[in-house]
Amino acid sequence: MPYKKFKTGGDRCNTRGVSVTAEIKTTRDVFIEEIYKRMHEDENIFFLCADFGSPKLDALREKFPDRFINVGIAEQNLINVATGLALEGYTVFAYAIAPFLTMRAYEQIRVNLSLQAQVKEININLIGVGAGLSYDVSGPTHHCLEDISIMRTLPNMVVFSPSDWALAQKFVDYSINVKKPKYLRFDGKPLPQIYENADAIKFENGFSEIFHGERICLVTTGYMTCKAINVAKKLAENNIPIGVIDVYILKPFNEDLFFETIKNYTHVITLEEAFINKGGLDGLVSTILNSKNSDIQLIRMGFEDAYVFDIGSREYLHKLNNLDEESINKNVKDLTREELK
Amino acid sequence: MSTTDTNNQMDLLSEKAIWVRKETLKIHKIAPETRIASSLSAVEIFVVLYYGKILKIDAKNINWAGRDRFIISKGHGAISLYPILADLGYFDKNELKAVCKEGTFLGGIPDSIIPGFETINGSLGHGLGVACGIAIALKRKNAKESVFVLLGDGELYEGSVWEAIMFAGEHKLDNLNVILDNNRICMLDYCKKILDLEPHEEKFKAFKWDIRTVDGHDVNQLYHSLNILKAERNQKPKLLIANTIKGKGVPSLEMDPLCHIKNLKPAEIDAILVG
Repeated sequence: MPYKKFKTGGDRCNTRGVSVTAEIKTTRDVFIEEIYKRMHEDENIFFLCADFGSPKLDALREKFPDRFINVGIAEQNLINVATGLALEGYTVFAYAIAPFLTMRAYEQIRVNLSLQAQVKEININLIGVGAGLSYDVSGPTHHCLEDISIMRTLPNMVVFSPSDWALAQKFVDYSINVKKPKYLRFDGKPLPQIYENADAIKFENGFSEIFHGERICLVTTGYMTCKAINVAKKLAENNIPIGVIDVYILKPFNEDLFFETIKNYTHVITLEEAFINKGGLDGLVSTILNSKNSDIQLIRMGFEDAYVFDIGSREYLHKLNNLDEESINKNVKDLTREELK
Repeated sequence: MSTTDTNNQMDLLSEKAIWVRKETLKIHKIAPETRIASSLSAVEIFVVLYYGKILKIDAKNINWAGRDRFIISKGHGAISLYPILADLGYFDKNELKAVCKEGTFLGGIPDSIIPGFETINGSLGHGLGVACGIAIALKRKNAKESVFVLLGDGELYEGSVWEAIMFAGEHKLDNLNVILDNNRICMLDYCKKILDLEPHEEKFKAFKWDIRTVDGHDVNQLYHSLNILKAERNQKPKLLIANTIKGKGVPSLEMDPLCHIKNLKPAEIDAILVG
């Protein structure tokens, strides 16, 4: 169990209003519960799914049979029906397993969301559950290592990748008020709370500096942010204070503010539960460093150019792919030693 | 409407069809990139929908909430709609002289940047699913307006269309009217020779649709069937199979299995326009 120590409670760190506390919740349940509340007062909301559930969805579909539609295992039609509703002015949430939502229906998303949004206002929120290796033992069809890069490629698309449930809860307002197509990349497993005061979050910037450090900064997204925080805390105990930046909106992104935040580091390590060297989080950071003519060194951590057929827990798969806390820790320490030479 | 009035109206629609066919050929002459054969098979369908006033629309208020929605899923075959929309005042008639030219908004395949087009077109298999969403939305609003969709029969190869066919039947979308431009030819051959799609009736019937079949070049049949389909709210989505001829009106195109990708020479177009 990756976050066992949080479950026992008491382990807290407070830095700039951000904390990791014991409360573990599933992102989708927190988000759906909030949407359910909004649907009582906002009759403009439709919730669609491609035969995919959640404990919190049961109440919603029972209470709002007129505004909940299960289109069946038909992701292409999920996107198209969502588009028709959005063209008529409705706020639409379309919910499915992340790799099927983004990749089976990618061309529907491209044509009817990305292209259409450039001509007409449409508010469609694609909720993809199962980021990265959330569905560890289900194998590579259920793993989702491509979505950050392919969804970031699409013009007019907002890409949200929350690291905890508090961010997702806070994002509900944004999802209703910002009338654009959006991709919400949710983890499939319960996550600990990182943002104790999510109300202070400024989504327009796209990121938060969780720890300010020296020389080395971990730039992470989603599930990996909690790991980065754990690594940073351990290193701080050994007098190696490193930075941690959590990127929760990959698009749009405040590139200037991000560069201001990282410019004094010598090394940036991007850490994502996704393929590297394919335009994901590492691509976002690399493009900024290049455009600013920066000499900050970029180290990319994530999955190499191969699918994961190994069977085992998410933690086991991370170990095999050098994404466990020990590997991250080692990477940082190697860099520190290199610097001392 | 009296018999005389009806006859007059049918004469008018037939005349409009002849005019639209000529205007479409003129567009193809200046923009040979346009898909002429696909656009010619749908001429009478467009003429009856617009000049037969099947569609409730207002060219001066294109986003009017009270309009019927028309989704042209076989977008490449809608060049013949350009002269109609210009004639009705959706945009300036002079734009027709600039189709596919630099700086214009009238491209080889129409998108929602053109007044009168609701959706992004060009990629097949999207229109029906989007129309289902619109139909659900209209029902939710208790709006009495209808949704019309023009599908090409070749589009039925797209799996996403069948997802939508299943959905529409199950959700009893009786405000949804689909016209199938059944010209029986794809890009490379007769559909029958590629992978036979027929019979259509039984397939749609199995998915709880109402089906009618007409000669898609007979304005009288189209007019009467579309009026009936639109008025009928019987818990079923409607399919009008319009049997058409790809390249209708141009002998060298008609029923040539490769007519989809054929361009007409200017002299050939001139000869038809004179005739």
